[in-house]
Amino acid sequence: MSEIKNYTINFGPQHPAAHGVLRLILEMDGEVIVHADPHVGLLHRGTEKLAESKPFNHSIGYMDRLDYVSMMCNEHGYVRSIEKLLNIEAPIRAQYIRTMFDEITRILNHLMWIGTHGLDLGAMTLFLYAFREREYLMDCYEAVSGARMHATYYRPGGVYRDLPDTMPKHAESKWTKGKTLKELNSWREGSLLDFIEHFTDYFPERVAEYNTLLTDNRIWKQRTVGIGVVSPERALQLGFTGPMLRGSGIAWDLRKNQTYAAYDKVDFDVPIGVNGDCYDRYLIRMEEMIQSNRIIKQCVKWLKENPGPVMLDDYKVVPPTRDAMKNDMESLIHHFKLFTEGYTVPKGEAYAPIEAPKGEFGVYLVADDSNKPFRMKIRAPGFAHISAMNEMVKGSMLADVVSVIGTMDIVFGEIDR
Amino acid sequence: MMEQIILVVWTLVKIVAIVLPLIVVVAYLTYAERRVIGFMQGRMGPNRVGIFGFKLWGLGQPFADTFKLLLKEIIFPANANKFLFLMAPVITLATAFAAWAVVPFSDGLVLADINAGLVYILAMTSLGVYGVIIAGWASNSKYAILGALRSAAQIVSYEIAMGFALVGVLIAAGSLNLTEIVHSQSGGLFSWFFIPLFPLFVIYFISGVAETNRAPFDVAEGESEIVAGFHVEYSGAAFALFFLGEYANMIMISALTAIMFMGGWYSPISGESWIAQPSILWFFVKTGFFLLLYLWFRATFPRYRYDQIMRLGWKIFIPITIAWIMVVAVLKVYHIGPWFS
Repeated sequence: MSEIKNYTINFGPQHPAAHGVLRLILEMDGEVIVHADPHVGLLHRGTEKLAESKPFNHSIGYMDRLDYVSMMCNEHGYVRSIEKLLNIEAPIRAQYIRTMFDEITRILNHLMWIGTHGLDLGAMTLFLYAFREREYLMDCYEAVSGARMHATYYRPGGVYRDLPDTMPKHAESKWTKGKTLKELNSWREGSLLDFIEHFTDYFPERVAEYNTLLTDNRIWKQRTVGIGVVSPERALQLGFTGPMLRGSGIAWDLRKNQTYAAYDKVDFDVPIGVNGDCYDRYLIRMEEMIQSNRIIKQCVKWLKENPGPVMLDDYKVVPPTRDAMKNDMESLIHHFKLFTEGYTVPKGEAYAPIEAPKGEFGVYLVADDSNKPFRMKIRAPGFAHISAMNEMVKGSMLADVVSVIGTMDIVFGEIDR
Repeated sequence: MMEQIILVVWTLVKIVAIVLPLIVVVAYLTYAERRVIGFMQGRMGPNRVGIFGFKLWGLGQPFADTFKLLLKEIIFPANANKFLFLMAPVITLATAFAAWAVVPFSDGLVLADINAGLVYILAMTSLGVYGVIIAGWASNSKYAILGALRSAAQIVSYEIAMGFALVGVLIAAGSLNLTEIVHSQSGGLFSWFFIPLFPLFVIYFISGVAETNRAPFDVAEGESEIVAGFHVEYSGAAFALFFLGEYANMIMISALTAIMFMGGWYSPISGESWIAQPSILWFFVKTGFFLLLYLWFRATFPRYRYDQIMRLGWKIFIPITIAWIMVVAVLKVYHIGPWFS
């Protein structure tokens, strides 16, 4: 009789459920996972090293490309570290704008997550539903920054520009004309804030739609309840953050615990899980979308009532207005200095994390009195999560690996950096 | 001698008359699937490829797909057993088509009106699993062998539930001949077997979905786990044959459900008008309805896990079918009304 032994299977990097370039070496006993060995580095672009050779502001765009589904949150983490080093603070309107766009980003990220998580578990329709809603949020990004994904909108000292008063409209074409066109443009008559307000009114119904498809679905529950369970103690030891930590029942949210931007001025709840399984984390993220929607609504209300500057009035860090630069010698010098060598940052180190959709995202900066960071270290939430892969899937079936990958909300841009 | 030749030729003509439309229906089922699921998901589906310059809502799409697949190279994986690798899709397709021999489309419109029709169909659909197993084994790929193992276990398990459901029909109709089964359901909507055999009807159709490896039971190809399962290494025409076989089986299951539980070609309406007459039209309508259910399932449900499918099959479906067979048998033997009096 021949000897029966386990076999290894190469899961990725080219695999429909690999979420990019995840490579898992699975040691399997039939359908059961004995050991899972995640490999990282296939999307390594050397962001940390690149940042060392560039003035501070040039790296903001790189932050968008880390976790490429929660773009502005990454910028926020980076910008906040610089602000901490420079000891400046953005004006209140900028803080509200950042809060609002962080939450828009959270919804963007969670929509992407629910779509791909659903697709991984075979619920194909949800993916397209989620992308339908993402389109509106992408339009918000576009309206405010000109780019649909990689916005580069936040700056140390505020945001690049104030919210636009008009929304771009759909043009008439062979397919969209007459009533259809009018309907498509009905949200876009007013300012960006009106558009976002329309969205916040529209979005809870859509979340209810997703809940109808999944939350009480027996198959969905069978695929997620009791899968990838992490105990609260273990979650802390593994360095989990965000929904992964809260799913295990630990009430830790930087927006509440180490508040920043305008989060102390808005009202929202932080959902907490009980069992620490995939289903709890699913419920948490679904609820977070509703809470984000609530925050956005409050921000829109505040922003409509309180106009004001969105950028700091400090020309050592922030470029002067175009008008001032043309008419004022000193402003011209400032402008020239900022756009040739950038600003210098006093010696020191800073770490100012934010609650990104996936967990704690922060940039640890060491500055040495020059215009470039001496060293930059990115703390990406996904890296800690993927490190727990083996622990979470050991002893479960091959199909559960897919559930766990989905629940981790892995994006390789931030893990490999 | 001459009579025999005529018989053979006539049979061949009839076979062609069944298989050719079947292939066309399979082609348009793929189109319908993409369109229907597209609309369910808030998108258009294929609507570009037309015929001779006319757009026709993309009706040319199946032909474009077919020609694309036929013109592509069939790639043999390294160290694959070439003979078995090519045989597997042929087996799948042959069994899927052969089962159609006993399906009555309308009263008397059947290729082989044999008395053991039900058993023949069970045999043919069971043989289909060999295509899957051989494909998985011959591909020399771990994903493929996993898919083949899953599929084999799944088909064998659901075969039992399906078999028991058919036993219920057999008891109720008192015949294995499919035409006879339909005849025993004559007399309007309430004589159809789906009412007295409701649990068996539901289980039969769900087992049918599992049998054909369709969502939510598509673990054998489990897109997101084992990529495409047993046919991951197939390309070109060989893949097209698997595809054809799978869809032919889907239509088969839908047709059988219509025949055995929904009164085949009988009309649900009574009266004198043409629509109330038993006709092939009603058979197509019923089959189409079950095909739509297939597509609807695919757009709605997440995928089961392999062990959960097994549990559903063995611990839920088989006990229920056995219990209901008992009920039906008792009703039948003691002539208890209203259906078996």
